[in-house]
Amino acid sequence: MSNKMHVKLNVNGEDHEFLAEPRELLIYALREKLNLTGPHVGCETSHCGACTVTMNGKSVKSCTVFVAQADGAEITTIEGLGSPGALHVLQEAFKEHHGLQCGFCTPGMITRAAKLLEENPNPTEAEVRFGIAGNICRCTGYQNIVKSILAAATELNAAKEAAQ
Amino acid sequence: MKDDITREERVAGLKGMGCSRKRVEDARFTQGKGNYVDDIKLPGMLHGDFVRSPYAHARIKSINIDAAMALPGVVAVLTAKDLEPLGLHWMPTLAGDKQMVLADGKVLFQGQEVAFVVASDRYVAADAVELVEVDYEELEVLVDPFKSLQSDVVLREDLVAEDGSIPNGAHGPRKHPNHIFTWEVGEEEATNQVIDNAEVVATEEMYYHRTHPCPLETCGSVASMDKVNGKLTLWGTFQAPHVVRTVASILSGIEEHNIRVVSPDIGGGFGNKVGVYPGYVCSIVASIVTGVPVKWVEDRMENLMSTAFARDYWMKGKISATKEGKITGLHCHVTADHGAFDACADPTKFPAGFMNICTGSYDIPVAYLGVDGVYTNKAPGGVSYRCSFRVTEAVYFIERMIEVLAIELNMDPAKLRSINFIKKEQFPYTAALGWEYDSGDYQTAWDKALAAVDYTGLRAEQAQRVEDFKAGKTRKVMGIGLSFFTEIVGAGPVKNCDILGMGMFDSCEIRIHPTGSAVARLGTISQGQGHATTFAQILATEIGLPADSITIEEGDTDTAPYGLGTYGSRSTPVAGAATAMAGRKIRAKAQMIAAYLLEVHDDDVEFDVDRFVVKGAPERFKTMKDIAYAAYHQAIPGLEPGLEAVSYYDPPNMTYPFGAYVCVMDIDVDTGVPEIRRFYALDDCGTRINPMVIEGQIHGGLTEALAVALGQEIAYDDMGNVKTGTLMDFFLPTAWEVPNYETDFTVTPSPHHPIGAKGVGESPHVGGVPCFSNAVQDAFRPFGNRHTNMPHDHWRIWQTANSLGMHG
Repeated sequence: MSNKMHVKLNVNGEDHEFLAEPRELLIYALREKLNLTGPHVGCETSHCGACTVTMNGKSVKSCTVFVAQADGAEITTIEGLGSPGALHVLQEAFKEHHGLQCGFCTPGMITRAAKLLEENPNPTEAEVRFGIAGNICRCTGYQNIVKSILAAATELNAAKEAAQ
Repeated sequence: MKDDITREERVAGLKGMGCSRKRVEDARFTQGKGNYVDDIKLPGMLHGDFVRSPYAHARIKSINIDAAMALPGVVAVLTAKDLEPLGLHWMPTLAGDKQMVLADGKVLFQGQEVAFVVASDRYVAADAVELVEVDYEELEVLVDPFKSLQSDVVLREDLVAEDGSIPNGAHGPRKHPNHIFTWEVGEEEATNQVIDNAEVVATEEMYYHRTHPCPLETCGSVASMDKVNGKLTLWGTFQAPHVVRTVASILSGIEEHNIRVVSPDIGGGFGNKVGVYPGYVCSIVASIVTGVPVKWVEDRMENLMSTAFARDYWMKGKISATKEGKITGLHCHVTADHGAFDACADPTKFPAGFMNICTGSYDIPVAYLGVDGVYTNKAPGGVSYRCSFRVTEAVYFIERMIEVLAIELNMDPAKLRSINFIKKEQFPYTAALGWEYDSGDYQTAWDKALAAVDYTGLRAEQAQRVEDFKAGKTRKVMGIGLSFFTEIVGAGPVKNCDILGMGMFDSCEIRIHPTGSAVARLGTISQGQGHATTFAQILATEIGLPADSITIEEGDTDTAPYGLGTYGSRSTPVAGAATAMAGRKIRAKAQMIAAYLLEVHDDDVEFDVDRFVVKGAPERFKTMKDIAYAAYHQAIPGLEPGLEAVSYYDPPNMTYPFGAYVCVMDIDVDTGVPEIRRFYALDDCGTRINPMVIEGQIHGGLTEALAVALGQEIAYDDMGNVKTGTLMDFFLPTAWEVPNYETDFTVTPSPHHPIGAKGVGESPHVGGVPCFSNAVQDAFRPFGNRHTNMPHDHWRIWQTANSLGMHG
């Protein structure tokens, strides 16, 4: 179509350029064009958070962001958080504390949790629960997700202290 | 030979049954490397999307696809007329009815599939959906099953004979054109006689509202017809991939060996992904027509509006007892709203599922259950949302009847339960409605639960709270929710359980590799339950190879043995049993190999953790690893090379997990907001395979119970419009609304299951719903409440308080 826009994104440290219709959603571009299928589509109304990514330092629901709005943005998806040999502390913690079951919400949940711990490195349980209230999980009842995030916070803080 | 590690270390090294082994699935899921159906991309793949009916009941006068076809990128628009020559415009349902794949002359519920657009990408497909012109003539809408049974409006003209007579349905005679079946169990006359002459009788009517399993991943499929080789591959959100293959073969005429069905990772199922949906059929047809792969993935609104709902039972109960509280009889009648097509996912002989477990955990001498299924202008379905077939309804019914009987008797409901429990020594126990409960120790579990929460102390606190409320010192009331449930899971014995004639056995096939690792394939499919972790634990204990060396594969019909899939908590009871039995076959052959290698008689060696040892001479042994190598690479007289086994397990009975739950709730009567102060859950699922996974299942099931009891509903208006079609209106609890749960357990193994396990995934939902509901109802009991219907959302709770005069 003639009305395509030229979009530049930096995703997980890599630059990408492509053409997109103005109505194209960020989640669509990530999943279909960049083959980053970690973020998922759960509701398309910003409620479930399965599509959560970090955009310019903020958690966003990529199912309701136009990719044109993201032009020039730095984006982190679950694929950018850790690598097979060096998992992010949260990825380890979710495994250790059984913070996931079907895994569909997990990429969005961990991406959100990582941002949450950056914003608030020492959250209370209530702050964690409030901080992830935009991410729905149908399997775990959240108890072990909260446990995982609190454990990761403790570990990250200990690592920070050791580094100082 | 000597070992330098202890026996305990050898046991621990296996990571077998009973340990909280970390999940092997998590590596891919935490890194965003799961492979769900929407992640599948094939070269040249097209995308399908549905034109859906905005009306709940209308005749279709015409469909014009010209404008849609003219849109660049649109490849095809299928309507019923295109499917009719293939005989695919209707399809059989799991309940013996049939269902339109695409609207054939009329639509019967809002959101019904009318036409299937196939286009180059999702955006184009969505544009084309808008361009399909459908001319509807609105018809009278029936959303109330009681009115439907009285109405002259015929919903299913295809089920009325030309002379106006009503032919029998799949489950016998029908009383009205909109009537589906009557199903009766037990002795009605004898039950009525007991109730009519009883000292105390409690009656109640309750509506278990319509809701939806709503897994976070919606339903979808990718069909790829390889015309060169004549082979169809179908990936999809299938809780029962083999059933899908058989049904697809019957419908399409493609031989079963030429169909490969794959369930990739599934983003939650909870019953929603058991049935066969029009989208699956249309993606297949579209791939056959276009010759390229076609993907269909529904959006959330489509999922909530058109795929399988749960519950929608209008239940009427009568329960009788002596003055001392001994229950003497139970009568239950259900008017079941099945929507426009009877697409319930139940074993064929059970049109109301296992609703006849409604005598619960109690020794009730005589009982009767009657269920009438009814057509309305609502979406079809009737699946078991995180429960075995209709067990949630049954347990809610009996646990509410116990509470109203307690009110009638002016007795503590915990005590009333104790008086009536089936006693430990009565097992195996045959209930009045036919089921043979395998094992249980209810009183022990109940006493443990009540002691754990200090039940007596809670009641004293509640009494004080009532005084304080009446004195104007507080605006919060306190509820103590109790439930004691018995589930019936693990369907099931082929003699009485089948779906569309397919017996409900399950299977496991094991192949041991020469160097002592293994792959096992099962007929089930995990949707988050962690089968790859836990089934390997069963095998590790059975065959003495480390769980970490055992790969579990499920969901690919080309490689997995035939099985009936995962729902109704049947994986552990049925496929888990098959796994243990296949493991024992491996062990039997390994014993012969070990004896040969050790130069003793077969009977002179015995299995010990990870090896066979010579009896009385533990220093002489062969490990399973040694044996595996020898099985392939050493000529053993009289034995075939190799070490493989397969087991198809037809369970002799269902399993009957049970549990005792207590919920303590504070409710603000002015806002109607309930605060869950405490939730204690004791589960007895028999032998425990992985405590960590069990607890995770319980947390999740309880949260889905909280959702259903406190707000989650598929609601319709009088015009048949779905009022809760997005997550804006359909309640899914967030971390903010969910409490921490206390879990506890007793262990009463199943006597007939090879490892004594009973299944657990659904128990917390089954027991949780009445527990949350009873907590709300109990809070208002001291103020005159007897029964209010779920869901207890803030508005309805406020209304309850208001109707009891608590707002001054």
